[in-house]
Amino acid sequence: MADETQTMTVSIWREDGDDGRFEKYEVPARENQTVLDVVAYVQQHIDPTLSYRFACRVGMCGSCAMMVNGSPRWTCRTHVSKVVADDCLEVAPLRNLPVIKDLATDMDPFFEKWVAAEAVFHPSKTRHDPMAAITPDDPMRIAASEAIECINCAVCYAACDVVESNPDYFGPAALNRSWSLVNDIRDDGQDVRLAAVGSNGGCHNCHSQQGCVQYCPNELNPTLSIAGLKRETTKALFRRSR
Amino acid sequence: MLNLHLYMLQRLTALIMAPLVIGHIAVMIYAVQGGLTVDEILARTQGSVAWFLFYGSFVVAVSIHGAIGLRVISFEWFGLKGRALQLFSWTVFALLFGLGAKAVYTVTLAGGGL
Ligand code: SF4
Ligand code: SF4
Ligand code: FES
Repeated sequence: MADETQTMTVSIWREDGDDGRFEKYEVPARENQTVLDVVAYVQQHIDPTLSYRFACRVGMCGSCAMMVNGSPRWTCRTHVSKVVADDCLEVAPLRNLPVIKDLATDMDPFFEKWVAAEAVFHPSKTRHDPMAAITPDDPMRIAASEAIECINCAVCYAACDVVESNPDYFGPAALNRSWSLVNDIRDDGQDVRLAAVGSNGGCHNCHSQQGCVQYCPNELNPTLSIAGLKRETTKALFRRSR
Repeated sequence: MLNLHLYMLQRLTALIMAPLVIGHIAVMIYAVQGGLTVDEILARTQGSVAWFLFYGSFVVAVSIHGAIGLRVISFEWFGLKGRALQLFSWTVFALLFGLGAKAVYTVTLAGGGL
């Protein structure tokens, strides 16, 4: 058993329709615990009114992301020992999104931008048609695979400085998803998609600084996907003018 | 705030500017070697269609390129939006173009007569 007498301080953002502030809580300093464990401890043992979001606790659902000591993290897979600084832990709601209460953010703007970026599948066939034959070594299949393991956690969205300064920008996750669909030969919506990602909120706003790459817990590379979109929109422009 | 068209305009103008800047610097270095005077330089540039096109296209490219760049900065850093942003971008363009056009006129047209 870990030593339960050792404690540490955690600062947690509390906000309920007001300005919000950090509040300090003493929690057990267990050897092996995640940031989500700490937040859950506070809610279960100290203040049951603390609001936060989680579901799977194994890094699959993407609902537990928060700012931990200033960086966006999936809290269920982030060990306190890896991120604690001077025995202090600071947990805040995800950056670049409106707060509903405490640590729970409103994800609507994030997902509305997926739709705006045409990160939506447009089927070209019905269930009665034969399956599309796509070989694993198809270059488009490989490009799609590289972008596909997104869990919609919005960590990249919180890490992106362009999202912060440009509220219209679709952000890395939506554009990354759009790119995986650009590489899906079954998709029938490429023209509208390329028009969407070339619009005012689109891929051309990306400064390629790779904050998204640095923090994506699944080690995806949205910057590379966005570069792909820039290339494809440019090609489409020349195709159209011919 | 960049869409595909502004993005392409900025890239294409950069593409135009790059060789012109290199040409400009190369000629400058070459010109000072032999100790050319202002009058000697102006005698070569004034009335020259080639130099007019060289610096003329540079000024056009710079005005577009700079206006788009400052447009993005003023939007992202200072929150300029809508008509204010539009007005700002066009003003930057007009200023750069005006200053550049005046210089091109002086160096390649004035006194020479094209
Ligand atoms: S590379 Fe682009 S999408 Fe990624 S954080 Fe930077 S600006 Fe945002
Ligand atoms: S790209 Fe990565 S960081 Fe962004 S939402 Fe998907 S999994 Fe999360
Ligand atoms: S709780 Fe599901 S990813 Fe963290």
